Amino acid sequence: MKKMAIIATKGTLDMAYPPFILASTAAALGFEVQVFFTFYGLQLLRKDLSNVMISPLANPAMPMPVPMPVMVQMLPGMESMATMMMKQKLKKHGVASLTELRDLCLEAEVKFVACQMTVDLFEFDKSEFIDGIEFGGAATFLGFAGDTDICLFV
Amino acid sequence: MNVDKELDARGLNCPLPILKTKKSLNGMTTGQILKIISTDCGSVKDMQAFAKQTGNELVSQAEENGEYIFLMKKK
Repeated sequence: MKKMAIIATKGTLDMAYPPFILASTAAALGFEVQVFFTFYGLQLLRKDLSNVMISPLANPAMPMPVPMPVMVQMLPGMESMATMMMKQKLKKHGVASLTELRDLCLEAEVKFVACQMTVDLFEFDKSEFIDGIEFGGAATFLGFAGDTDICLFV
Repeated sequence: MNVDKELDARGLNCPLPILKTKKSLNGMTTGQILKIISTDCGSVKDMQAFAKQTGNELVSQAEENGEYIFLMKKK
C-alpha cells in the first residue's frame, strides 16, 4: 500500500484546501494517509471551521471583482466579506466545503495528528477539536513520514 | 453493457467526482459496472488515474453535450 504524509501549517481558507483535497483523494486511491497539523494548521481541526477565513490583504494574487487598493483591503469587515465571496464562489463551482472534505477524509480513515506543542503554545482546549484525532510531535510525524511515497509540506 | 449502479456527479468539482466514485464502488461487488456522469472536464484525466491506481477498470469514457460518461468495472 502506498503512503502519503502531509504537514498542514496554514489556517486560512485557501490554504486549507490542498491538504484536505489531497488527503481525501489519496485515500480514495488506496493510499494510507496521515496529516500532521501544526501551528496555524491546527485551526483546521477545530469543530467549528467558520473562523477559517481568507484575506485579500497581502494576497495580491487573489482575483478580485474590482481592483482594490491596500488601504481599502485593510478596512474592518473586508476579511469577512472576502471570505463570504470566496465561499459563494466555491459553492457555485461545485467545490466541496472544508467540513465536507474533512468528513470525507475521516470517513476514508485518513489519520489526523495535531501537534501537541502547538496546542500548548496557543493554549488550545482539546475539547475544541474534532473527535478521532491523535496528538503527537515531530518524532510521531517522522515515524510515519520516513516510510512514505509522497511527503508534502503545505 | 449492463449498468449495475449509476452515480450522478453533475455539478461537482475536483475531487468530489473521484471521492463519490470510490464510495459508490465500495458498495458494489467484483465485476459490477458503475456508470458515472460528470460535468467536470478534469474528471477525464482523474478517472483514468483513479482506475490505474486502484485497479478498477475504466471500460469506457465518452463526452455528450458537455457531460462526461464513464463506465467503471469494480475490481
